[in-house]
Amino acid sequence: MSDTLFHFFSVLTVACALGLVLNKNAVASALCLLVCLTGIAGLFVLLDAFLLAVLTVFVYAGAVVALFLFIIMLLDMQGGDRKPFTKASIIAGAAAVGLLCTGLYSFIVRGHIDSPALADTPAVGSSLRAYAELLFTTYLLPVQIVGFLLLIAMLGVIVISKKFEGLEDIK
Amino acid sequence: MSPLVSLPLAAAVNLADLLRVDLNSYLYLSALLFAIGFFGVLLRKNTLAIYMCLELMLVAATVALVAFSRYNGTMDGNVFVFFILTVAAAEVAVGLAIIVALFRRRQTIQVEELNALKN
Repeated sequence: MSDTLFHFFSVLTVACALGLVLNKNAVASALCLLVCLTGIAGLFVLLDAFLLAVLTVFVYAGAVVALFLFIIMLLDMQGGDRKPFTKASIIAGAAAVGLLCTGLYSFIVRGHIDSPALADTPAVGSSLRAYAELLFTTYLLPVQIVGFLLLIAMLGVIVISKKFEGLEDIK
Repeated sequence: MSPLVSLPLAAAVNLADLLRVDLNSYLYLSALLFAIGFFGVLLRKNTLAIYMCLELMLVAATVALVAFSRYNGTMDGNVFVFFILTVAAAEVAVGLAIIVALFRRRQTIQVEELNALKN
């Protein structure tokens, strides 16, 4: 059952990722990203990381994609009659992805990692208590730093998006 | 048999192994998603679309972290993903603010027109 679900979610995720990349319409791309992230949240559930699945849906699918959609709406960026891709970028992208896929292929053929059976390993990520214990003991300093990072990012966004009246004359 | 011939044969034999879900399946999926995101970054001309593809690459990396964490029975990968989510949220906020400021100044966000630093 869980194997079938894995295949379902992985096909969904990869198809939506391709839709995100190849769609000319920015809104459709953002919606593809939304479905892709939901599929990844499903994969997290299969991996017994329930908190991360919920956080992915809240933070990514909720906040980030909504922010993207807002910006797309604000900027009204239909590129006119310009092509979304050029021939040079298609060639460069295909070459780079070819290299990555060659790496993936050789990884599949040769680099098989011995994976322990899921039943043998405890699903430590499923309990909220495990997160709390690590976040407030071992990772206490990173938690504080990340808090400051969020504060700095918020201040930065305000400064960047504010119009400074005096500076307009200098330009 | 030369190595060049034996490689596809080995892949065909491993097809049954590919369908069985274990740690490697998650790693393949993660690598594939990363490659697709990278392709999008190189392919697209719209700054917002490039930014969405960057997010996809970030999420692809988190899949690998969670899978390693689950199959090894440790918590550290999960906690790392927790931090990655936080940093990604901050990054998206700042990046989108920069894109909006850029649009205000230049009236475009197509990368081929943002060539002020060229030459």
